[in-house]
Amino acid sequence: MQDPLIIPTDEGLYCPAGDFHIDPWRPVHTAVITHAHADHARSGHLHYYAQHQSVPILRHRLGDHPFTGLAYGEQIRFGRTTLSLHSAGHVLGSAQVRVAHDDGRVWVVSGDYKRDADPTCEPFEVVPCDTLITEATFALPCYRWPPVQQVGQQMWDWWSGNPDRPCVLFTYAFGKAQRVLAALAEHTDRTVYLHGAMVALTELYRDAGIAMLPTQPVSELPRTEGMRGQLILAPPSAAGSPWMRRFKNASTGFASGWMRIRGNRRRRGYDQGFELSDHADWPALLATIRDCGASTVLTTHGRSDDLVRYLRESLGVDARALTTLYGGEDD
Amino acid sequence: MQAFADLYAELDATTRTQVKLDALIAYFRDAPPADAAWAVYILAGRRMKRLIGPLKLREWLAEATALPDWLVEETYQHVGDLAETISLLMEGDDQRHAVDGDLAEWIEQAILGLRKLDEAEQKAHVLAHWRRLPRPACFLYNKLLTGSLRVGVSRGLVERALASLGDLPRALIARRLIGEFEPTAAFFTALFDPEQREEREGQPYPFFLASPLEGEPDTLGDLREWLAEWKWDGIRAQLIARPNGTWLWSRGEEPMNGRFPEVEAAAADLPEVVLDGEILAWDTQVLPFSQMQRRIQRKTLGEKLLREVPVIFLAYDVLEYQQADWRERPLHERRALLEKLLAKRGDNAIRISPAVNAADWPLLAELREESRERMVEGLMLKRLDSPYRSGRVRGDWWKWKIEPLTIDAVLLYAQPGHGRRANLYTDYTLAVRDGEAYVPIAKAYSGLTDQEIQKLDHWIRRNTVEKFGPVRSLKPEQVLEIAFEGIQPSPRHKSGIALRFPRIARWRQDKPVAEADTLEQVKELLNLYGG
Repeated sequence: MQDPLIIPTDEGLYCPAGDFHIDPWRPVHTAVITHAHADHARSGHLHYYAQHQSVPILRHRLGDHPFTGLAYGEQIRFGRTTLSLHSAGHVLGSAQVRVAHDDGRVWVVSGDYKRDADPTCEPFEVVPCDTLITEATFALPCYRWPPVQQVGQQMWDWWSGNPDRPCVLFTYAFGKAQRVLAALAEHTDRTVYLHGAMVALTELYRDAGIAMLPTQPVSELPRTEGMRGQLILAPPSAAGSPWMRRFKNASTGFASGWMRIRGNRRRRGYDQGFELSDHADWPALLATIRDCGASTVLTTHGRSDDLVRYLRESLGVDARALTTLYGGEDD
Repeated sequence: MQAFADLYAELDATTRTQVKLDALIAYFRDAPPADAAWAVYILAGRRMKRLIGPLKLREWLAEATALPDWLVEETYQHVGDLAETISLLMEGDDQRHAVDGDLAEWIEQAILGLRKLDEAEQKAHVLAHWRRLPRPACFLYNKLLTGSLRVGVSRGLVERALASLGDLPRALIARRLIGEFEPTAAFFTALFDPEQREEREGQPYPFFLASPLEGEPDTLGDLREWLAEWKWDGIRAQLIARPNGTWLWSRGEEPMNGRFPEVEAAAADLPEVVLDGEILAWDTQVLPFSQMQRRIQRKTLGEKLLREVPVIFLAYDVLEYQQADWRERPLHERRALLEKLLAKRGDNAIRISPAVNAADWPLLAELREESRERMVEGLMLKRLDSPYRSGRVRGDWWKWKIEPLTIDAVLLYAQPGHGRRANLYTDYTLAVRDGEAYVPIAKAYSGLTDQEIQKLDHWIRRNTVEKFGPVRSLKPEQVLEIAFEGIQPSPRHKSGIALRFPRIARWRQDKPVAEADTLEQVKELLNLYGG
């Protein structure tokens, strides 16, 4: 039996034949980064390779490092392997990593991905392979995302239906916030107000040419401004913080795949939960595994064990769970 | 049905009482009375008899989704609610439309109509609904099918909405909603009848419930303005004695006729009266609650049990006397009447709850220290000039309980909770040390803050030894202090001990497992306090 092309090590996923790591969590020599979310992109590596749209975001989040930007599909040699990045549809610049060994084997590390429409990033590309290492954040059949247009309509109904209250929508600062801004542009051209943690990232999206609603930092407004009828985007960490005090009588919402479960929504005490995820839902996971034609599937994140058992027992696919440190419950 | 589904969505989407109240009022105002009657029934927490068991529903769900049983089970454990799991798994890519038909038709035909069908027909009907209904309606349908629907609306809120709509006192609405009622259009319309009619003479009054005393009792002012009684540990009950019969109701509004024949027999020579009191197992003094449980658990009462565990009704209050409502009269008048009515009855099965007299608060506090020996839970303090109110209203009735017993136990197993605790490990099995081994001593579900639950959940997921279905066995590293109200011998538990009302008092993150309590120490508590 051949040695596996990619193995889990203490530093992260490692390709011995090419001597590089993918999304490592400890400092390494060569790091290929699938996307700029914190559990995948960490500081301290000597060389970084990422899709070129990802580089400005990495620079913003990690500071200046030796980054090499690659175009989707551009091939680069590492040892006895050829590496290329392919769109994952997760966030701006997110990539799957295709590793082709000189002996003919092809492995793909999906990183985080989704297959739903998203005007803020390139759509997911199906990459044929022998072995797929896939995320499994939402790998249960109860996760099936509604059409984005429907969720956008629900958000707009909520915002426009509350002319007397500030509407504070919690979303992750990178990716989700910009996707919301793009989705709402179908309904209005009003300005949306941003928590400080989102301002620079949203500007980076604008620099990349992504069409979104106009935005203004909350901090630029006088503190007396009550924001009635306005939409404010903030990261979930701002919920319950003193920053929220200025938004008297606010209606709150959270945009996340976890909001599909009523118990999650009630536990967090948001008035509204919007089912909007940047990860693959159950049908998308199964479709991807089928479409890429992989004979072996390795899983990371979340509900790995359930997906593995289903693939093995019900679909007859050779599957195993890999242990990784991707925190991965954020969405 | 659609209007009720919309109401449900509106109630579910807010945590604000006023928004809920407005939504309820609007619904009750606009809905056909037959629908409104069912909505009252459901929202006030009434349960319909379950028509199809959850296991059967899961089996059908696995078949309808073509998913393996284990995956349906895993998903259910993750979602934490069967009705919701079904609605999520049955949602397809097809467009589904708003639901036709009234709520009453729905319940009476689509739900209760299943009774007349055999299992194959039931399954065909249920699956057809699962495939046709949009997700929110499918969720509601399943909730009705499984017999319970909780949406963060208390019965009190339903009463407030109805009282506001009918411009009637809430107490009157509360009285009309108590006990057994049929959810019909006539019932709903009669709720707003301004005339007090007594056609439901066997129906109880709403109970007045005490609040826990948080501060020191001397903040209540002069002790002479208060009646102190023992806080008895039995079954709170209302006894209705009328010329044409006797009725016994529990606090949960279950009719209890036939369960306590000695009380009903003793009520035969009472004048027409409604009493509030406590049913207690009692021979020459009160018996431990474990004895009372023997009476509660049996459906039929044998002579032996009636002889070994006799019960009495210990009266607290008079609500009605000779067809006059006494609830607005001050407690000292009601108490005087109660004494007059019951004084000469001796060892009869209906007696008065004795007053606990003390000259001042410190002396009363000393008497309270005797509670555990007297097998009571502490003291009740009732303001002598107060009326008999409805529900839990703070200010006039306080329960001044003794501190619970506590032990430090080790977290051994965890299981995910349900509802708003779905997908979080919140149901804990706790153990005490027995040499090198751990013996389970109690299960506890509550007591930690949301932050602590999150933190412990995180720890549980990373310190699992083994999984048995939804249950995880854990490294014995976390110590939780559990509080409980009583301790009894129990042959059914491996430890030989059962704790009454165990709950988590504190997470002892400061305490190593080696300092947790041992089975030996718990047995000492049993010898001291076990009945």
